[in-house]
Amino acid sequence: MTKSTKAGRGISRRSLLKTGAAVAGVAAGSGAITGFPTIWAQTAITLRQFGTGVSNLNAIAEKCKADLGITLEMTATDSDAAAQRAATQPDSYDIADIEYWIAKKVYPLGVMQPMDVKKLTFYDKIVPLFIDGKLKPDSVIAQGTAPHTVGFVEKPGDKKFAKAPTQWMTMVPTIYNADTLGIRPDLVGRDITTWADIMDPKFKGKTAILNIPSIGIMDAAMIMEAMGNIKYADKGNMTKAEIDKTIDFLIKAKHDGQFRAFWKTFDESVNLMASGEVVIQSMWSPAVAAVRSKGIACKYQPLKEGYRAWGGGLGLAAHLKGKELDAAYEYINWYLSGWVGAYLNRQGYYSAAMDTAKKFMSEDEWGFWVEGKPAKGDILAPDGKIMEKAGAVRDGGSFEARMGGVACWNSVMDEDRYMVRRWNEFIAS
Amino acid sequence: MVAIAAEETKRSRRKPGAARRLVAYLQALPLLVILGGFFLLPIAMIVVVSFWDYDFSGLYPAFLSMNYTDTLGSWVTWKTYLNTLKFTAMVWAATLFIGFWVAYFLAFHIRRATTQTVLFLVCTVPFLTSNIIRMIAWIPVLGRNGLVNTTLIKMGLIAQPIEWLLYSEFAVVLAMVHLYTLFMVTPIFNTLMRIDRSLLEAARDGGASNWQVIWNVVIPLAKPGMAIGTIFVVTLVMADFSTVQVMSGGQSASVALMMKNQMSLLQYPAAAANAVVLLVVVLLMVAAILRVVDIRKEL
Repeated sequence: MTKSTKAGRGISRRSLLKTGAAVAGVAAGSGAITGFPTIWAQTAITLRQFGTGVSNLNAIAEKCKADLGITLEMTATDSDAAAQRAATQPDSYDIADIEYWIAKKVYPLGVMQPMDVKKLTFYDKIVPLFIDGKLKPDSVIAQGTAPHTVGFVEKPGDKKFAKAPTQWMTMVPTIYNADTLGIRPDLVGRDITTWADIMDPKFKGKTAILNIPSIGIMDAAMIMEAMGNIKYADKGNMTKAEIDKTIDFLIKAKHDGQFRAFWKTFDESVNLMASGEVVIQSMWSPAVAAVRSKGIACKYQPLKEGYRAWGGGLGLAAHLKGKELDAAYEYINWYLSGWVGAYLNRQGYYSAAMDTAKKFMSEDEWGFWVEGKPAKGDILAPDGKIMEKAGAVRDGGSFEARMGGVACWNSVMDEDRYMVRRWNEFIAS
Repeated sequence: MVAIAAEETKRSRRKPGAARRLVAYLQALPLLVILGGFFLLPIAMIVVVSFWDYDFSGLYPAFLSMNYTDTLGSWVTWKTYLNTLKFTAMVWAATLFIGFWVAYFLAFHIRRATTQTVLFLVCTVPFLTSNIIRMIAWIPVLGRNGLVNTTLIKMGLIAQPIEWLLYSEFAVVLAMVHLYTLFMVTPIFNTLMRIDRSLLEAARDGGASNWQVIWNVVIPLAKPGMAIGTIFVVTLVMADFSTVQVMSGGQSASVALMMKNQMSLLQYPAAAANAVVLLVVVLLMVAAILRVVDIRKEL
């Protein structure tokens, strides 16, 4: 479980390289064929996909080959490299698997083409969070780079995002989740209810936050606001003054000895928690599962201020046309048709088309992962290992409770460079 | 060495001038290709790129001093350099002290050559595992619930676990000393083995005490080895990022770590400028060491 899911956040590219090598041989020559309908069903089609999210899941490439005959040549990168590649080497990929905040940076450069929603078979099944930003009609739209704000353009060729849903979708959502703090319920010794609890003097020297500037600053913002230190106009797009105030606060907390460590990789966060070095820290959901799989109590604690969410999707390169464009649509339609969705749901992520995924999951799996019900039997990981015992309930509960409680999305700020500089000062201070 | 060189000249004098020169160039060619292709060219590229402009989507050839003014104008850089130099000084002092005495013991207290070789090989045993593993192995030892703390608590010596054992500067220095001491032992051992034993006897005959022998004979003669070891340790510590990152729990900065951060954010020109500054600093340090000690005495 951990191997593929941690890769979902762009940390491990190793598993990917394997797929890359395996399929590289098939890649040759697909560009030479120019769409004769009678032939194309029999021709080997290769789509080159790179990115941070689903590109890390080999099982999807294998299933795609089996179901569609399309070879997916996948390359995994971390998010910064993905952003740069999407922007600077548009001919090196057919499908970009990137997060929405990356799309905000990259799409306006004209390297991608929008998708005609009329050709997307399951467009109607896509969770409304990605259409109008509201999970339910009465939901409040979260701060940051909410996917729907960069999800549409008025017409092909447009470089500005549309304000409302149109016929042209920039990215089809694939994988997303709601992040919060992980805790050691056996060691914190009290109820944890708010992001501010990580700054409790009682936990001095026993907390950690992640040292990835673009995500760490969002966690810091949630903490600052929860403590009542500041009220951001938009956490996802801070002003210089807001950045200064946030970083100064972090520097002071660091000097007071509040933090035990700052982690950068998935396994660091697992070790910090499992060894008891920290009792409360920023965490990703597969890391919580990894700690639990060692038989150590660990909880992905829902907090009253809400979650920090992230989401990724698939976009089409501008150069795709003809037969390959058709194949790309076919792949994306297959993607939303349910098998992949069920696969992602079973790993603790969410799929964009929940209704289609449901058909591929058992009632118990659906109840545990999506509805927040206690598991009736053991919940198994895709590799057959027991993830949760019968009777367990998912932290944070149902899909609606978790994704409905999103306070902000991962984002890219206008003052990005300034923020990174200040963040480095915080780490060096 | 001198004898061989003289022999060489004598032999080559027999050949006509042009052919002789051609042969010499041909002989130097492989080294030139390797050094030029894998060393000089990359460094030249780093220097060139350090003057370029950049933004999120690319690098733009230019001639800007921005990357240098940004780097040198920030207090973070200065603080980080200071911090790195502090680590270097501490690790250097510790490895020199330990390295010298280990080498001294091996060279003068072990009589049999076989035992010497065996013990020296024992010193290299930790190197059979990777750097990363040797470093990470400290974590369960030093941690809050680690070996040291658990033992001390069970013995009743302390009531609360000692927090500064792990994720602290102490942990960084400890891990580095562990990783790099052998780089000091080897060259010092090498020089000590070349010391003519009759010098020691002469000193003793002249009435020198053990300490006087060490201070006035052994140490001065071991200086070239110490200098070479120092160069190893200083360059390794100055360029280290993983030890600092892991052992300080990400709480401490080092110059190389700063560069790594910049590279992961695709700010290559800024990282290149930083690399050039670091290169200059390290070269100055090496030059200073070479001024103090003539390492050619060893070779």
